[in-house]
Amino acid sequence: MADQKFETPALREFRENPAIQKDSMAHSQPFIAKPEHNEPLGFPGELVDNWEEKAVAKLGDLLEKNRALRVYLDSCVKCGACTDKCHYFLGTGDPKNMPVARQDLLRSLYRRHFTLAGKIAPGLVGAKDMDKEMLDDWYKYFHQCSQCRRCSVFCPYGIDTAEISMAARDIMDHIGVGQKYSNEILAKVHVIGNNLGLPEPALADTLEGLEEDVLEDDEVEVKFPLDQHGADVLLVTPSADFFAEPHVDGLIGYAKVFHQAGINWTLSSQASEAANFAMFIGSYEQMHKVANRIRKAALDLGVKRIVFGECGHAWRVAYSFLNTLAGPWDFLDPNYPVPQHILEVTHGLIKSGGIVLDAEANDDKVLTFHDSCNVARASRMGDMEGGQFIIPREVIKASCNNYVDMDPQTIHEKTFCCGGGGGLLTDDLMELRVKGALPRMEALQDVVDNHGVTHLAAICAICKSQFSKVMPYYGFSMDMIVSVHQLVGEAIQLGAKE
Amino acid sequence: MSTLSVIYALLFYAAAALMVLGLVFRIKTYASTPTPLKIPLMPAPLTKSGAAFRVFKEVAFFESLFKSNRWIWIFAVLFHAGLALALARHVRYFQADVWMVIKLIQPFGIYGGLAMVAGLLGLWGRRIVQERIRYISGPSDHLMLALLVVIGVSGLNMKFLAHTDIVQVKAFFLGLMRFNIQELPTDGPLLIHLGAVVLLMIVFPFSKLLHVPGVFFSPSRNQVDDARDKRHLAPWAAPMDADREA
Repeated sequence: MADQKFETPALREFRENPAIQKDSMAHSQPFIAKPEHNEPLGFPGELVDNWEEKAVAKLGDLLEKNRALRVYLDSCVKCGACTDKCHYFLGTGDPKNMPVARQDLLRSLYRRHFTLAGKIAPGLVGAKDMDKEMLDDWYKYFHQCSQCRRCSVFCPYGIDTAEISMAARDIMDHIGVGQKYSNEILAKVHVIGNNLGLPEPALADTLEGLEEDVLEDDEVEVKFPLDQHGADVLLVTPSADFFAEPHVDGLIGYAKVFHQAGINWTLSSQASEAANFAMFIGSYEQMHKVANRIRKAALDLGVKRIVFGECGHAWRVAYSFLNTLAGPWDFLDPNYPVPQHILEVTHGLIKSGGIVLDAEANDDKVLTFHDSCNVARASRMGDMEGGQFIIPREVIKASCNNYVDMDPQTIHEKTFCCGGGGGLLTDDLMELRVKGALPRMEALQDVVDNHGVTHLAAICAICKSQFSKVMPYYGFSMDMIVSVHQLVGEAIQLGAKE
Repeated sequence: MSTLSVIYALLFYAAAALMVLGLVFRIKTYASTPTPLKIPLMPAPLTKSGAAFRVFKEVAFFESLFKSNRWIWIFAVLFHAGLALALARHVRYFQADVWMVIKLIQPFGIYGGLAMVAGLLGLWGRRIVQERIRYISGPSDHLMLALLVVIGVSGLNMKFLAHTDIVQVKAFFLGLMRFNIQELPTDGPLLIHLGAVVLLMIVFPFSKLLHVPGVFFSPSRNQVDDARDKRHLAPWAAPMDADREA
């Protein structure tokens, strides 16, 4: 937004940790959802009466439903291991962006009402009652967590702040304090089928346009089928793939892969969205509803396989949750995992010779790869531990001759979030997004300076959108960010197997 | 029989009961609360034994802490390993016939006591000096360290400076185990040492010491990466499937 004035943080020479700057992000909060955003999801339109009690009651409900929440609220010893691990802390210096301090915003209420020590001696153990000040802090700082799980890597008890912030957002939704961005989008998914509210005719039109573009560029008739009954593969991809750069080049890449491999595939207008924003707001019920649109589409279209496009949080829900939320998948072909990632498909085809790539097509580029947080730390690809790191890199290296990794402390399981994940990819949080991108931008600058990297490849719609928006703040061109399947699409030799 | 001996005996019984019952209750709560979704922190082991090994590495070597911060790891290992050795050394007070391994461990138990206090002071120092950790520290965090330091220092004091009647202490604890209360020596350092231990046992199930059972129940560490192969339905979530159209 134009009225947001802030300074882009300078890249730190030695990556030293920032000094604490109390309340430096206390002004940052996303737009609050209006009744028309909350009510379609079954949440109260606005702040309810007795919200203090209702918040405590909802916390009690979640404690009984989710072991992780209870164990994580109990187990923290305040050792400090996580304090310098969050990209939002590194970018802002606001102490409430240290994972433990963020957790403590909820832990203080938990201790007050659900632990003996907090009931007897609240001052001793930091127990507090719910009040307006606490609610304000929750709304601000639980919307400065992108649920990227990096803190959990370094916690001796594996405490995952994502679980805590999901719970806090769920509690806030239940007392009528929702986040506009996520709730508005979820309502669109229920009504139309995707985050953008892109209806079937518009989608069909877009796909037709893509067919024409590819025909013009490559002189090959690559199809982008929609709602095609009896197709083998249902492709579920983030709706950004239908129009945004560089996402759409990724979609073209998937289509070319399917085309050359002779795989009969389709998109669905009913499930034209891979992302499941219900995860961001921590609502199992909502997540279940959104996920089951995909089950219904698969049944309606009579497909045999489900494949997901490049989308980080979507892949977490797909890989880790979809079987639980929308399975069992006994009506699909048992020879393939359900769901599959498009990179697993492409990787398999490269190995089997099902597609032919000429890496020289990308000789004008030097690539590096950004491990998307939710792919890296919340999912897997392939059949071996860590396949989510290996497969994308092997696909990139098959498509492109020049590849270097960024600093080992910033990739694989230690990767930094792009700064826009977890329901924060909204313009009302622009300052947070720019500052949160700092650690990734530093690692990128390093490989640009020392290895001549020209492009950053990603496999997440949020990362791609976030980077194209924030990279200019750090002096990079927004064209630096590319889809992995964009590289595949450029390297693929469509004529080779005609 | 002195009143003090009776008081300490009753305190130990009460503290032991509270600690055991409190922990059993807490562990039961953890075990009976469902995990509605698969949330292992990836990359995660693909087998149950792999996941068990991952938790073992966390418990035995503080693997994640090692990745995180070398200083905290060093102090934490000094403290925990030292405490373990010191505790092992104390087993002799509860055995009429002391096991050979406990006899062998005696000198190491003393090093353990020293390491424990050194580790605690290191952790406490960081808590005070390091700005970020100071920010997240509350009164209970300092008090917990103080309590542990009191236990360690009062114990070392009895070893190196003012010895207590260790034979009588052993008689007291053997008596406790047979519900036959014996005389407890009344020197100050011993009473402080034992009083602090009683307090630690009482607060154990109601404080952050719950990280001890907690580490075994952490879903991000103990879950197997098998979400695509197995559904993971929580009892409270299963009925939702009935609502879906297909």
